[in-house]
Amino acid sequence: MEPIKSFSATAIALPVENVDTDQIIPARYLKVTDKAGLGDGLFADWRRDDNGNLKPDFVLNRPEAAGAQILVAGNNFGCGSSREHAPWALLGYGFKAVISTYFADIFRNNALKNGLLPITVDTETYYQLVSMIEEDPATQITVDLAQQTVTLPEGQQLHFPIDGFAKYCLLNGVDQLGFLHQQADLIAQYEATHAQRVKTIA
Amino acid sequence: MTRNGQPRTLFEKVWDAHEVRAQTDDTPGVLYIDLHLVHEVTSPQAFTMLREQGLTVRRPDRTLATMDHSTPTTPRNALGIIPIADSQAAAQLDTLTRNCHDFGIPLYALGTENQGIVHVIGPEQGLTQPGMTIVCGDSHTSTHGAFGALAFGIGTSEVGHVLATQCLIQTRPKTCEVRVNGRLQPGVGAKDIILAIIAKIGVGGGTGYVFEYTGEAIRALTMEERMTICNMSIEGGARAGMVAPDETTFDYIKGRPYAPHGADWDAAVAYWRTLPSDAGATYDRLIELDASTLTPMITYGTNPGMGMAITDSVPAPEQLDEPSARTTLDKALKYMDLQPGERLLGKPVDVVFIGSCTNSRISDLRLAASIMQGRRVAPNVRVMVVPGSQQVKRQAEQEGLDRIFREAGAEWREAGCSMCIAMNGDQLQPGQYAVSTSNRNFEGRQGKGGRTFLASPLTAAATAVNGVITDVRTML
Repeated sequence: MEPIKSFSATAIALPVENVDTDQIIPARYLKVTDKAGLGDGLFADWRRDDNGNLKPDFVLNRPEAAGAQILVAGNNFGCGSSREHAPWALLGYGFKAVISTYFADIFRNNALKNGLLPITVDTETYYQLVSMIEEDPATQITVDLAQQTVTLPEGQQLHFPIDGFAKYCLLNGVDQLGFLHQQADLIAQYEATHAQRVKTIA
Repeated sequence: MTRNGQPRTLFEKVWDAHEVRAQTDDTPGVLYIDLHLVHEVTSPQAFTMLREQGLTVRRPDRTLATMDHSTPTTPRNALGIIPIADSQAAAQLDTLTRNCHDFGIPLYALGTENQGIVHVIGPEQGLTQPGMTIVCGDSHTSTHGAFGALAFGIGTSEVGHVLATQCLIQTRPKTCEVRVNGRLQPGVGAKDIILAIIAKIGVGGGTGYVFEYTGEAIRALTMEERMTICNMSIEGGARAGMVAPDETTFDYIKGRPYAPHGADWDAAVAYWRTLPSDAGATYDRLIELDASTLTPMITYGTNPGMGMAITDSVPAPEQLDEPSARTTLDKALKYMDLQPGERLLGKPVDVVFIGSCTNSRISDLRLAASIMQGRRVAPNVRVMVVPGSQQVKRQAEQEGLDRIFREAGAEWREAGCSMCIAMNGDQLQPGQYAVSTSNRNFEGRQGKGGRTFLASPLTAAATAVNGVITDVRTML
């Protein structure tokens, strides 16, 4: 995984609550065995009509949405299914961060493991961002993970929370699995001192 | 089993017993996983990671795989084989077979005697036991919490972590007691309880919490009913839901293939009896519900929180304060083609789906059959009954339930997730309405453009017979 650096980009506003992972990527895109090409399925049923043509009124299809790397969406983003295909699809499409008032737990975990930043802001800030983006889609937003800040064009700076361990891994491009490997002795000790409850192999 | 004299909740006891390394200010906690369930859809990329990094599966003997999500539920051919028409699904199933073979993981392959929905087979085989930690790359893993296990869904990266180390990096969630007082009225069941809870708190209401369901109504439920409730914990935003184990739990587990036997059984039960929350244990939050006032529930919108008593009418977006909430409900009603103030009773439906990890167990099928027995399903309605596992299917056939369904004009199919996730060709057509016993009514969940009303098996069966949304209490 590449280390996450500070970046500036335009954003898209999707002011809908409870955007579930079935919308982010419908189940029919899940019959794959790799992660390639999932960006094509991002918001597939919101982006395309029954004939597969792009719907011009959906925010992602508007000309000004091109190149946006930040998605601003309503509360409880990523609820529903545990499919990690959701962050894979967002990343595959080109998003680097999602800003919401809060995220569903599994989605947030999955996003952090793949370098997609889940940025939590308060409700007032969320509505401010939505109107700012809707008024001027060219608004540049700067995200700095090291400082845990989002900076708006006029210099307004917001601080966002992030789990310290996840932040360390993202900034350094470290896979979280490495931390578990470092616990090998503790894991072995745990197994030696705790009875196995069920064995799936006789 | 207090710790240092401090009373603890069920959740805290199970969590504490599985901490390989405690969480500190700088480092996350590491939690040991007793049982890892695997299926074809969320595992391939995890196995690829193992191969790329030259890793093995640390504990194949704590791992079990099945095929359920993308599997067809169409009848077997003359050779007794369930044909797979979708080449992409076939490739995914082949990949799971190869991965299980290469890494030594037991697999319940399509059509074999123990195959079924991952959250049906764990309890059915006696693998799901109180006090365990159980994970699966599937959000409905919360189902297993009905036994007093800590069970939750994980992503594919985490599937890889558990395959490689049998552990997960975790931060400790908060606890919420969901107390369901009183006793249910006839025609009202476990599905109605959980739909009412989610309607009350919303789909994000439990985010960051583990639920423990307590109270008279929960105690009175069977294990399969408790599973229905815990199953949909995730639909309220909680990753896990738990019910303290009791005699009902022990009776259910006893004698199942993976249950302890003899002296091991006695030791296990003695341990399980220590798990319920101690007197004086505190939760971070309390949600209360009175079961005695509940009616059959139904959803009207595009998430499981948009639910109401079946006798109520569809709410209006203008009633909501938050602009984003108004937009969301407005969008949902447009998708569902429903008007504010509209009543759902009497609304014609095209499809009734009885199945899924929420409601495909034998007791669910018995409930549905009790309504369909001696009746015909309405001519304009397609009714699919999909058992949760091959074992449920066999048992239903022994009891003659399949005959009741067939004679009523319903389809009796092979086991799998089927139209709950609509990955396998079992799906709604655009614009169709369905009453479904599954867990999600998201846009397109049961087929692009399809519209889902979530309800109980009784409500689904009553609707199947009348062809319109029906209050089952009128048929009892």
